[in-house]
Amino acid sequence: MAVSAAASDGNVETGSWLNIDTLPTLIFSLISLLIVLYAIWSVKSGRKFTIREIPGLKAVDEAVGRATEMGSSILYTPGWGGDIQRPTTIASMNILSSVATRTAEYDCRLIYPTHDPVIMAVAQEVVKESSIKAGHPERYRADDIFYISSSQFGYAAAVDGIISREKPASIFLLGTFEAESLILAETGNSIGSIQIAGTDSTIQLAFFIVACDYTLIGEELFAASGYLSGNESILSSVKAQDIIKILISLFIIVAMIWATIDPSSTWWVF
Amino acid sequence: MRTKIPLVVCLAFGVIMFAQYFSNHTIARAVYNNILEWWQIIFAFTLFVGVAAFIKNNLKSISRGKKDTPYKIVSLIGLALMPLLAIIGGTRIGSPFLWSFENMLAPMQATVFSLLAFFVASASFRGFRARTVSATILLLTALIVLIGRIPLAEMISESLPKTTFWIQSYPSMAARRAILIGIGLGSMTTALRVILGIERTYLRGE
Repeated sequence: MAVSAAASDGNVETGSWLNIDTLPTLIFSLISLLIVLYAIWSVKSGRKFTIREIPGLKAVDEAVGRATEMGSSILYTPGWGGDIQRPTTIASMNILSSVATRTAEYDCRLIYPTHDPVIMAVAQEVVKESSIKAGHPERYRADDIFYISSSQFGYAAAVDGIISREKPASIFLLGTFEAESLILAETGNSIGSIQIAGTDSTIQLAFFIVACDYTLIGEELFAASGYLSGNESILSSVKAQDIIKILISLFIIVAMIWATIDPSSTWWVF
Repeated sequence: MRTKIPLVVCLAFGVIMFAQYFSNHTIARAVYNNILEWWQIIFAFTLFVGVAAFIKNNLKSISRGKKDTPYKIVSLIGLALMPLLAIIGGTRIGSPFLWSFENMLAPMQATVFSLLAFFVASASFRGFRARTVSATILLLTALIVLIGRIPLAEMISESLPKTTFWIQSYPSMAARRAILIGIGLGSMTTALRVILGIERTYLRGE
C-alpha cells in the first residue's frame, strides 16, 4: 500500500491535507450542500415545491401506452459512455424505475441492452422492484435486461440490430452517449418509434434534438426522478439547484459589470 | 438492516471520495488509488456475470430458433474465438489474435462508425428544413459555419472564417455553457441525493 511506503521513508513528501488550488471548489461545494440541506429542511417543515412541466417526461406515459396498444415492446438504453458511478446513469436508473413500473402495469415488454455488467445488475434489480411495486412480479423478465459488449460500435451495432428486428414502438435513450447516439436515434427514427432522449453531452444533445421526438435538455434529466415520483425530498433538491443557479447568474452579472468598470481586475477568476 | 448497511456504506464512501479530492496528502492519494483498485476488481467479477448472462441468453435464443439465431451464433463464435486465439497464439505482432483484431474487428467497428456520415446527412436534412423563422436562422447559421470551416472560405470572403469563429465562440458557446451549468448542477445534486440517502432507486427504491 502506498501509505506504508510513504510512511516508512522519512524523506518522502507527504503533501498537505488541504490542496489550496481546490479551495474555491470546496467553498462552492459546501455552499451548495448547505443550500440542498436548507431546501430539504424547508420541505420537512411543510413547504411545498412545484416543478414546471417537462414535455419529455410527460410523454413517458404516452410512449408506454403506445407500445402497449401496438402490442410492441419498449427499448431502453443508457448509452455506451457511462458507468454506474456517473450521476447521469443514476438519473437514467430513476427514470427506468418509473418506466418499468408502467410497463409492468400494462404488461408491456421492456428491453434493456447495456454495455456494462454492473449497470445490468443494477437495472435488473430496479426493474424487478418496479414490477413488484406495480403488483405484477411475474411480469419481470430478467432475460430482457442483458449485457452485450463493452465495445462502443459492437454495442451500437447490436442495439441497431435489436431495433431493426424487434421494431419497438418506443425507445428511451437516456444516459451517457457518445458517437453511437445518432446511429441509434436515426435507426429508431427510421422505424417510426416514438423516441425520448436525454444525455449530459452537449454535442450529442444536438443529434438527439434532430432525431428524437422529445429531448431532456441539461438538468431536466436529473430532475426526472422528482418529477415522475413526486417525492418531496427529491423535488426540494431540484429547488436547491434553482437557488444555486440564481447565485451563479448573480455572480456572472456582478463579475461582468466589475470587468467593464475595471478591466484589469481578475478577482472572479479561480 | 438490508437497506441501512448499503446506505451507510454509500455515505461513508461518498464522503471519503468527496474529501480526498481536496487533499494532496499521500494518505488521501493512497485511499483514492486503493478504492479505484477495488472498483477494478469488482468490475472484473461483474464482467464474469455479464458474460455468463450473455452466453445463457444467446443459447436460449438459439434453442428457441428465433429469427435472430444466425446473429447469436456469430456472437458466440466471436466470444469464444478471440480469447482462444490469444491463449493459443499469444497477442504479439503477427499472432492470429492480432491479425483477427486488425483485419476483422477493427474494420467492422470502422464500418459501424462510418454509418454516422450517412446518419448525419439524413438528420441534417430533417433538422435544417426552413419551415419556421427560427429554423431558417438555424439553417443559415449552419451554412455559414460549414462553409467557414473549409479552406475555400477565405477565398470567398475574408470575413467568413471570422464570422464562423464569432458564432462558435459567442452565441453557440453561451448556449452550451448554460446547458453545461444545468448539467453540472444536476449531477452535483444527484450525487448529493445519493450520498445523503434521499435517492434510493439503486437500492430497489426502498
